[in-house]
Amino acid sequence: MTIQILMPALSPTMTEGKLAKWLVKEGDKISSGKILAEIETDKATMELEAIDDGIVGRLLVSEGTEGVAVNHPIAVLLEEGESSSSIKAAIATPVSVPVQAKAAASAAPAAPIAASAPETEYSKFKTQTVREALRDAMAEEMRRDGNVFLMGEEVAEYQGAYKISQGLLDEFGAKRVIDTPITEHGFAGLSVGAAFGGLRPIVEFMTFNFAMQAMDHIINSAAKTLYMSGGQMGCPVVFRGPNGAAARVGAQHSQCYASWYAHIPGLKVLAPWSAADAKGLLKAAIRDPNPVIFLENEILYGQSFQVPDADDFVLPIGKAKIERAGSHVTIVAFSIMVGKALQAAEELAKEGIEAEVINLRSIRPLDTETIVRSVQKTNRCVTVEEGWAMSGIGCEIGAQIMEHAFDYLDAPVARVAGKDVPMPYAANLEALALPQIADIVAAAKSVCYR
Amino acid sequence: MATKRGSTKASNASVESKTLIQFYRDMLLIRRFEERAGQLYGMGLIGGFCHLYIGQEAVVVGLQACAKKGDSVITSYRDHGHMLACGMDPKGVMAELTGRAGGYSKGKGGSMHMFSRETGFYGGHGIVGAQVPIGTGLAFAHKYKNDGGISFSYFGDGAANQGQIYESFNMAALWKLPAIYVIENNKYGMGTSVQRASASPELAKRGEPFGMKTMSIDGMSVIAVYEAGQEATAHVRAGKGPVLMEVNTYRYRGHSMSDPAKYRTKEELQKMREQFDPIDRLRAHLIEMKAIDEETLKAIDKEIKDIVTEAAEFSQTSPEPDPSELWTDILVAA
Repeated sequence: MTIQILMPALSPTMTEGKLAKWLVKEGDKISSGKILAEIETDKATMELEAIDDGIVGRLLVSEGTEGVAVNHPIAVLLEEGESSSSIKAAIATPVSVPVQAKAAASAAPAAPIAASAPETEYSKFKTQTVREALRDAMAEEMRRDGNVFLMGEEVAEYQGAYKISQGLLDEFGAKRVIDTPITEHGFAGLSVGAAFGGLRPIVEFMTFNFAMQAMDHIINSAAKTLYMSGGQMGCPVVFRGPNGAAARVGAQHSQCYASWYAHIPGLKVLAPWSAADAKGLLKAAIRDPNPVIFLENEILYGQSFQVPDADDFVLPIGKAKIERAGSHVTIVAFSIMVGKALQAAEELAKEGIEAEVINLRSIRPLDTETIVRSVQKTNRCVTVEEGWAMSGIGCEIGAQIMEHAFDYLDAPVARVAGKDVPMPYAANLEALALPQIADIVAAAKSVCYR
Repeated sequence: MATKRGSTKASNASVESKTLIQFYRDMLLIRRFEERAGQLYGMGLIGGFCHLYIGQEAVVVGLQACAKKGDSVITSYRDHGHMLACGMDPKGVMAELTGRAGGYSKGKGGSMHMFSRETGFYGGHGIVGAQVPIGTGLAFAHKYKNDGGISFSYFGDGAANQGQIYESFNMAALWKLPAIYVIENNKYGMGTSVQRASASPELAKRGEPFGMKTMSIDGMSVIAVYEAGQEATAHVRAGKGPVLMEVNTYRYRGHSMSDPAKYRTKEELQKMREQFDPIDRLRAHLIEMKAIDEETLKAIDKEIKDIVTEAAEFSQTSPEPDPSELWTDILVAA
């Protein structure tokens, strides 16, 4: 059987090339691996190797020919004993070229929000700090599932840099509560491998600032592999730790990463405010079969809240909570800014403005439905976040409101965000850089034209 | 001393000829598969990046012959050979290269991103060096579950300069993880030679500061690789901690399909192909040992050719993924 040799595509962008030089002549006996010709692509001169054994029957394109299209026949190879009369037939045989199916425009499936279970009502509560709630969440899940383990810097013998893991080493031992070297890139990657291998790691970053060293593993390894594997490689890992500004620790230790992670399909991103959020969401995160970014806040660790006193209190992921009902303006916030928004609402109430405060709790998936319903009622919205305004969470909320509630708006959505500067150290400048209650009050009044 | 240099012929004759014939077959399958992949790339049926393993076949064939069911394997983007050596179906691999529904990742991963849980192959990773901490995590999981498995993490001489490799070595040695690290030293990280990229080109030595067992092996001899692999796996399975193997090999093709490989001489390549080719050397050895006759060799050639032809056909007849696949496999349903 004769074999056609086609002009090869030798780079991802090549559509045609120059047949620079033939290194064989008609009648030559060749074996696979033999270099047949030099081809000039759009990038470089490449060698064309034979794939099959045979005899060069005819060279169809002469040396020096430019603009030879990819997949155009350039030579015919004969099998041993075959006559050159087969050549004509070979040339006449149509060349198979790849068919690119025209993909129909495919719309994103409906948001998963509607499918999430409604939140259970609880009647019994106990007072707990966010710190205790986080620890209890981990302890309960570690008791429930032997494949859950905690790793990070100072989580074991030191009992946690912020004492979140206090007591866990005593209860679960060094096999399951693991002090790591100070190597975020390495141990984040290791946790992804452990998750691929069937375990359920909780990775504590001492702060999320240091997770930038681990960013490649969080995005490229944890978030994308399920898709790249056609659904085979689930990665149930929780990356948790304090996010955002603490107090007076300067630019490298004071940044909110919510919008960074929220950008990535394949991740879930949670940001609890209260101790109840912390406990219910962390337990949900640990049980979730996907990589979850769990953004805590150092300043909140010591604050106390009422936490449902139930055997197995878990919150649904993807469900925001209306912390305060109001009819004049919607304030959407997450993490520490929920507290500030509630305080701002008290101030506004004194002036006759009733604000509805939404605690997002989940950044990705975003509970657009709750936001939109609220805006349909109040017709005004202020977003509050500690991170920078540029490409921030407020941008996304604003866009969602435009798409789903444009006609309900009586004023443009206002954003209260961190000032567009690296975090300064000086106490007065730091306060200026962060959103304050007065900023939220002013923004709410402005969208109410007051 | 595990360092093995020199020819296949000088190697221990203890490896059974049946095993050697299997090695020959496995290496030939990779060689022919990769040649065909190169051809399909040339026809525009495979897109994007495509990194061929031609020349390096002895490394993965020799080492995976030491693996047991339940072990884990992970490598970089030059991964086709590893998948075949793990026992993955050539049809599924080739169909992934052509981006078809019948591919291992349903056409959504491509050449650099393929996985197979049932054969213990964990990718296929496109970021240089990133597979090494992940492979360390697979070893961690084996130890945590105490399932007797070990992990093989393959990476290149270029990746050997990545910081995350040493973060991994440190944790693996500190926690005595059942991990085998394999540097496939093919002499060039893309177009930069080891000498131009590494202050200390003796890459095996890089395990020594961590107290790891280190080995430097002739990767153009499948027998040398296999024997070293036996020693390494025995060490790791005995709970003695990780091993670093530097396997000296050579890739015949460019770094990827669009690399004209002008950074090395034709003579250098020619010498490696003619004098050190792992398949030719084993073939000559088998003939010299009278372990195989021409007829059997021909039968193997035909068997491999048929497998590859079938894979190439499947990769062109399998349909493109349904447009609805765009939206699947982003998250696991909770």
